[in-house]
Amino acid sequence: MAKAFLQDKVAIAGIGQTSFGKGIEDSELSLGCQAISMALDECGIAPSEVDGTASFTMELNREVDIARNVGFGDVTFFSQVGYGGGAGCGTILHAAMAVATGQCRVAVAWRARKRAAKASRPWSQVPARLDDHWMWSRPFGLLRPVDEVAMLTRRYMHEYGATRDHLANVAIAFRKHANRNPNATMREKTLSREQYMEARWISEPLCLFDNCLETDGALAAVLVPAERAKDLPTKPVYVHSAAQGIPPQHQTMINYFNEDPLLGPSWAAAGQLWGGSEFKPDDVKVAQIYDAFSPLVPLSLEGYGFCGRGEGAEFTNDGALEWPNGRLPTNTAGGGMSEAYVHGFNLVLEGVRQMRGTSTSQVENADSCLVTSGEGVPTSALLLRN
Amino acid sequence: MMEAKLLLPDVEEENGAPFWAGAARDELLVQACGACGNWRFPPRPMCPHCRSVETKWERASGNAKVWGFVVPHPPLLPAYAELAPYNVIVVELDEDPTIRMVGNLLASPDGALNEIDPSTIEIGEPVRVVFQKVDDVTLPRWVRA
Ligand SMILES: [Zn+2]
Repeated sequence: MAKAFLQDKVAIAGIGQTSFGKGIEDSELSLGCQAISMALDECGIAPSEVDGTASFTMELNREVDIARNVGFGDVTFFSQVGYGGGAGCGTILHAAMAVATGQCRVAVAWRARKRAAKASRPWSQVPARLDDHWMWSRPFGLLRPVDEVAMLTRRYMHEYGATRDHLANVAIAFRKHANRNPNATMREKTLSREQYMEARWISEPLCLFDNCLETDGALAAVLVPAERAKDLPTKPVYVHSAAQGIPPQHQTMINYFNEDPLLGPSWAAAGQLWGGSEFKPDDVKVAQIYDAFSPLVPLSLEGYGFCGRGEGAEFTNDGALEWPNGRLPTNTAGGGMSEAYVHGFNLVLEGVRQMRGTSTSQVENADSCLVTSGEGVPTSALLLRN
Repeated sequence: MMEAKLLLPDVEEENGAPFWAGAARDELLVQACGACGNWRFPPRPMCPHCRSVETKWERASGNAKVWGFVVPHPPLLPAYAELAPYNVIVVELDEDPTIRMVGNLLASPDGALNEIDPSTIEIGEPVRVVFQKVDDVTLPRWVRA
């Protein structure tokens, strides 16, 4: 079979991240510039060499402002990927395609966010009248992302017998990994099953610990052609395969208006992802799965083929997501629920660390890592290799 | 009659306007393709089955079943926080279960969002539409059938 065009052509050569926290004083622009600057320094590339950018449509820092601060040269490719948490892996995909096709030679992808800022929580603002797709859900009190995902979760529980114990498996696994990660927001706070079961509701059937954190911070990655990455001081991590996904008749977040709402964007991305890959799900020993909400993890496990449909909840049993002995240690830095919630971009960087061998919960002999972005929204995914 | 500052739809938005106008007459209207007749919701310009832009509106019976439900708790926008915990349901229409709508389950046609004990709500239970006026907008909501 012919090798997919993108396969291993581009490497992530540098990564950088600010500290994570709440109420960090630096502006979003400053945070973004700092993360990009660190990523460039790590791999020894001058800012003047950067000629490609990719970020989120929800990113408030414009390319021109980043470029004017960090000191980019002529930028010949700039892209933004939509749909919030669905965009993270997509920014790497866009950057990698641009590098692979010669539209640019050094691309940076980043996400900077101050979650405390009101503008970063769109649901908290009251418009005069709703005139977009939210008019069919929000007037009835389905206001927040957690409410929208809770609806799918209720249905998922009903159809497949998933329980809160399964969701607790997810939250507890990620917290254990965060407890081993000095950069994680929740490094000092353990989470027991009892604490999970007694936590306050946010939107039944989801409780506090089914939700991601709210984090200020920024992260960035530098992408270069594979041949160049071999000459840089960092260990290259290759973009082995990547995909975006929108399934038929999908609506972002309120995906109730089609024949099979539980067949989400992961399924749409999976075919392209594995089709371009030499690895299959059984070969993958570690994963970073987008976890704005715990139920997105079993849904994604199903969508990306780690188990059959309806088996994602059961998959989480017996510590399957936990380092070091689980079948698929997942979100090994703590993920959005326990490390930081920077729209899933921290999952990309943890995937890179796993492939470098530098995670604080390093999976031995892992030669590929799945990274996914938001399930329940138009999504994207990466398969990284070392 | 009801709570101030709930989020409300723009009833003049061009795709949805006939739906909201129907609701104001206590009619649950569903957009149907003018060519192939398939129903679609939420309303939009083109039929994804046959790509016709001809549209008609057909009156649904208002009989449906609960497809899913949630019970939001604070933090919420103030008008909703006052009611919390309340229920939000998704119903599937009897005529075509792939036509689903978000709404609320009420104890009575003029009831509030928080009067039903959420632990009694069951997926699959039959409901029927009722209409509630909020400011100048009429919202379809649901009671047990
Ligand atoms: Zn048609």
